[in-house]
Amino acid sequence: MAESEFTQEIRPPKNTIGVLPWIKENLFSSWYNTLLTVIALGILFFLLKGVFTWAFTEAKWEVIPANLQLFAIGAYPIAEVWRVWIVLYTVCALIGLSGGIWGGLTLRFAVGIGGCGIVCAFLSMGISTLGWAIRAWVLGGVALLAALLFLGTRSVSVFPKIRRWVLVGWLLSFPWTLIMLRGFGKNAVLTTNWGGLLLTLILAAVGICFCFPLGVLLALGRRSTLPVVKWVSTAYIEIVRGVPLITILFMAQIVIPIFMSDNIRLDKVLRAMLGITLFSAAYMAENVRGGLQSIPRGQYEAAQAVGLNYPLTMLFIVLPQALRSVIPAIVGQFIALFKDTSLVTIVGLLDLLGIAKTVIANPDWLGLQAEVYIFVAAIYFVFSYSMSYVSQRIEEALGVGKI
Amino acid sequence: MRKFLFRISAFVFVISLMIPVLASGDEGVLERVKNRGRLICGVHGSLPGFGFLNESGEWIGFDVDYGRAIAAAVLGDPSKVEFVPLKAPERFPALQTGEIDVLIRNTTWTLTRDTQVGADFAPPTFYDGQGFMLPKELGITSLKELAGASIGVTAGSTTELNLTDTMRALGVDFNPVVFEEIDTLYNSYEQGRCDVVTSDKSQLVARRQVLKDPEAHVILEATISKEPLGPVTVHGDNKWNDVVSWAVYATFFAEEHGITQANINTFETQNPEIQRFLGKTGDIGEKLGLSKDWAHQVVAAVGNYGEIFERNLTPLGLPRGVNKPWTQGGLLYAMPFR
Repeated sequence: MAESEFTQEIRPPKNTIGVLPWIKENLFSSWYNTLLTVIALGILFFLLKGVFTWAFTEAKWEVIPANLQLFAIGAYPIAEVWRVWIVLYTVCALIGLSGGIWGGLTLRFAVGIGGCGIVCAFLSMGISTLGWAIRAWVLGGVALLAALLFLGTRSVSVFPKIRRWVLVGWLLSFPWTLIMLRGFGKNAVLTTNWGGLLLTLILAAVGICFCFPLGVLLALGRRSTLPVVKWVSTAYIEIVRGVPLITILFMAQIVIPIFMSDNIRLDKVLRAMLGITLFSAAYMAENVRGGLQSIPRGQYEAAQAVGLNYPLTMLFIVLPQALRSVIPAIVGQFIALFKDTSLVTIVGLLDLLGIAKTVIANPDWLGLQAEVYIFVAAIYFVFSYSMSYVSQRIEEALGVGKI
Repeated sequence: MRKFLFRISAFVFVISLMIPVLASGDEGVLERVKNRGRLICGVHGSLPGFGFLNESGEWIGFDVDYGRAIAAAVLGDPSKVEFVPLKAPERFPALQTGEIDVLIRNTTWTLTRDTQVGADFAPPTFYDGQGFMLPKELGITSLKELAGASIGVTAGSTTELNLTDTMRALGVDFNPVVFEEIDTLYNSYEQGRCDVVTSDKSQLVARRQVLKDPEAHVILEATISKEPLGPVTVHGDNKWNDVVSWAVYATFFAEEHGITQANINTFETQNPEIQRFLGKTGDIGEKLGLSKDWAHQVVAAVGNYGEIFERNLTPLGLPRGVNKPWTQGGLLYAMPFR
């Protein structure tokens, strides 16, 4: 009986949830906001109208499917393309195993890659040049990934050492990839034939994997108390940071061969890899140094107090904390490096951008630079954004930025 | 065990870095090519008609075909050639340091290059010259009428210098509009951001074809520069330069005498010079350090000059112009094969 006295029916607040209220709240809340919205919509309409008319009526998109092979592998001979598949399968297997063993973020990453593979295999239905064989290869890779993922989840309890073996596998996958892609003897595929996305990814992977340890060493060197180590590291970092990447690439392509004796010929792709790695290492060092400086002195002292020597202090106390705090900067550096690989076009390597230039030099496709460059930009975006997305997930998992 | 594994993987890694390191001796280029069993030819990676990759990743083009011709002459197989795409600034260093054996990359033969940058030239395979393209509706037919026009040109090339020199000599005032990229140059011209565009005539003809309305543009008669383009070898290796030069002459000679890719195997003649050319008599191959049938190999691989031209440049709409045998009033003149 007293209940009715207290129970007062409260109606839900009007119009705060849903599409229309959102629009009213954010776009038409006052007369000047309404005016701004209308003007912005007008401008947007004319811009998009132009873009869409071009994209759907004028643009000749057939240049993309016709040249997909070029964009993917450049001048890599089609008879030897199985090498590329084997490398892809190796990576798929390692991703699958890692996902199964470590679980968590690695697992999500592995599932994501598998999903992308399936989407690719079915997305390409409309494109005639992507034959059934390629789709079968892609689906085979996904199947391998899934199988090893399953195997990985089961194997940890039975065979705990597998983690170590998978790490060794990742380490060996590098030389394996290079050996596999190049081959030996009569059928060797010279690096001058490497091109397209393949070359871009190899340059980026090599650059990322090697600039990181080198950068950490340089950062530690710069903060070292040993004067020679400190000076050398500082000089290296400052000199390299004071020079544009293009200059370093030109140095590597033009000046190094002049210094070297006649009977040693450094591969052109290798020289580009060296240039990119050495350049990025200097920037990486400064990112890492930022992290190192954020570690309070107490951490070093505590480590010393429990009797850890310098390498152990760094490896187990300082670096894990320092690197965690600079993940955004490091990933930013990786993304920059990935995009910077396009500069090798200037020294004549046919990476993704270089291939784009040779495609529009084909008399059949002359004058289609807009279509080709947009396609290439989309590929760069997909890879860069994926890296950024993964880094955000890593940050979440490690609780970076949480107070 | 763990340490061992890591050591092994580190070792394998270091070895893998050394794979691309190739060795070459201190011999002449001809021996170097023969020992390697492969010719390394520097080309332009993205020049319509001269050097580019087709849809299935094969090198195609006029310059590329000459690379194949030299491979056929030296190694008897036009497929034994590795093409290295080069940008303009790195082409001469690549030649000097022996990274490439021969440079066939739209390179103009000039005195400075012949004497100062360590290059020796083989006979030009293509005679080009700088010209002007402009909309037909302007009704302009001579350079003198270009006063006050804005003329589009690519930066840093001799094209820019030629333009300024010519216009100064004529006393014509003009506004140069300089572009970094060729594609941007023609886009801007089509959008009307410059009235006239100047470049090598071969490029103008090729590019006019892909403008929206090719018929609305004319290329002026006037040619303001000489651009003899041909293969380049490293300075001081005469033996190798001879081989490259005579491989070029072989394509000229074949056209002069009507020898083609199709009829070379059945070509019957009493002409002693042609018999020497085909390797049936004489020892011209031996004198060059090549096999007896080297010229036969060249023509069988890529055809005569006319065939190379028609395969690569005619589809771009390029007329033969002066690039005809001397017997037809052109500039192509093969030295005697004796």
